[in-house]
Amino acid sequence: MKSVEEIKAAIEAAVPGAGVKVISNPAPIAQHSLLIDAQHAVAVAEFLRDDEDLALDYLSNVTGVDYLDKEISEKVKVTRQVPKEVDGVQQIVDETVEETRKHVEPGYLEAVYHLFSVAKKHGPVIVRFRSANRSDQVELPSLTPVWRSAEFQEREVFDLFGIVFTGHPDLRRILMWDEFKDYPMRRDYVEPDDFEYEPTPHDDVLKRAQEHKAKVAAGEVSQ
Amino acid sequence: MAVDEKLKIELGKQGVMVTTIQELYNWGRRSSIWPMQFGLACCAIEMIATTMARYDLARFGSEVFRPSPRQADLMIISGTVTKKMAPQVVRLYNQMAEPRYVIAMGACAISGGPFKQGYNVLKGIDRYIPVDVHIPGCPPRPEALIQAFMTLQKKIDEQNLTGEGRPRHLDEQAPGKFPVPDFGEHDLEPPSNPGTWTVPKIIQ
Repeated sequence: MKSVEEIKAAIEAAVPGAGVKVISNPAPIAQHSLLIDAQHAVAVAEFLRDDEDLALDYLSNVTGVDYLDKEISEKVKVTRQVPKEVDGVQQIVDETVEETRKHVEPGYLEAVYHLFSVAKKHGPVIVRFRSANRSDQVELPSLTPVWRSAEFQEREVFDLFGIVFTGHPDLRRILMWDEFKDYPMRRDYVEPDDFEYEPTPHDDVLKRAQEHKAKVAAGEVSQ
Repeated sequence: MAVDEKLKIELGKQGVMVTTIQELYNWGRRSSIWPMQFGLACCAIEMIATTMARYDLARFGSEVFRPSPRQADLMIISGTVTKKMAPQVVRLYNQMAEPRYVIAMGACAISGGPFKQGYNVLKGIDRYIPVDVHIPGCPPRPEALIQAFMTLQKKIDEQNLTGEGRPRHLDEQAPGKFPVPDFGEHDLEPPSNPGTWTVPKIIQ
C-alpha cells in the first residue's frame, strides 16, 4: 500500500485545495492519519473509494473525538518605555519585560474514519475531519452516500458526541432516547446525580460523593 | 392454625389428609411459578441454560416460560437494564397479573454492576419495582438461579394469608400499579420510585 505521504500527494493531485495534513502516530504501530478539510470530505472520500491503487471499498469504523477549548499561556518579551531616574535626571528608558499572555484556542469535534480495501487487501487508511468549534458549528459532511456502512456509526457519533452530519439520510439518536438532550461522550458532560455511594468511596467517586453530600447539606437534593 | 406435624403424619398413615387453606393456597402458588419469557442480556443465556435438560428448571414447576405478561407469574430480570429499557420493564411488570414475583438476576439487575458509574444503565431495577430475590453474580450460574427459585418458593411457603406480611394481592392498601418512568432530557423522570426504593443509609 502507498504510504501516508503518497496518499496525501494523490489526494492533493485529485482534489485541489483539500488541505491534507499528516498527523503522525508516534506509537510503535505507526498508524499515521490524514486530517482533511471538512469542505472537501465527500470529494476526497469518493476519490479514496474509486482510485484504482487505493480502492478503499470498506469503511470499518467511524468514531468521534472531543477536544476541549485549550487555554494557552505563552511568555512574550515586551519592550516598554519607562520613566526612570538616571544620574539624578528624569529620563525615559526602554525596558524589556517578560509578560505572560493567555489566549483560548477553540476546541473542536473530530470524526475519524478507518478505511480498508477488501479488493486490494490493505488498510487501514485513517482520515479525520474536524468541526469549526464544539458549540454551534458542529456540522461535518456525512460519508453515508459514499460508504453505506457509515449510516449507523454516524448516528452513534451524532448521539454521543453531537456532531451533525449534513447529508445523512436518517440522522436520529440511536442509543439514547429521542428526548435526551445531552451528548454523553463529550468531555464536559455532567452525569445525572443518581449515584448510590458505596461506604468507602475513593478517587473520582470520593470527589463526587463529597459534592453530593454538599448538595444534600445545601438542600438542593433530597437525599 | 397450624396442624400438629405428628398428628398429621399419624392421620396420613390412616389415609386421612389434613391441611389448612393457607398451606394449600401457598402450595398452589409456589408449585407452578411460570416465568415470563423475557431476557435482557448475557444473564438470559444462563436463564435459558437453566430451563434446558441439564439443569431442568421444570423440576421446580417452572417449565413453562410464557411469552405474555398476562400469563406469567414471575419476571426474571436477566441482565442489564438500560435506562432506555427501564420503562418497558416496568410496563411489563404492570401488565402481569397478581400474584407476581420478581427475581433480579445478576450484578447489573441488582445494582448496575460494572456499568454502575455509567450514564445509560439503571442502577438496579429495585428503583422502580419491588424485587423478591436478588442473585449476585456476573452472570450467576444456573445453580444460582435454581437457588433463587427455591428461595422464592420458601418465601411464598412462609407467607401468612392474613395480617402483617401477607402477599401483596391480598392487601388492599398495597399498590398494584407502579409508575412508569418518563424519558427526561437528562435522566429518567423520576429517577426512582420513592414508594419502593429509598437511598440506602451508609453506616461508617
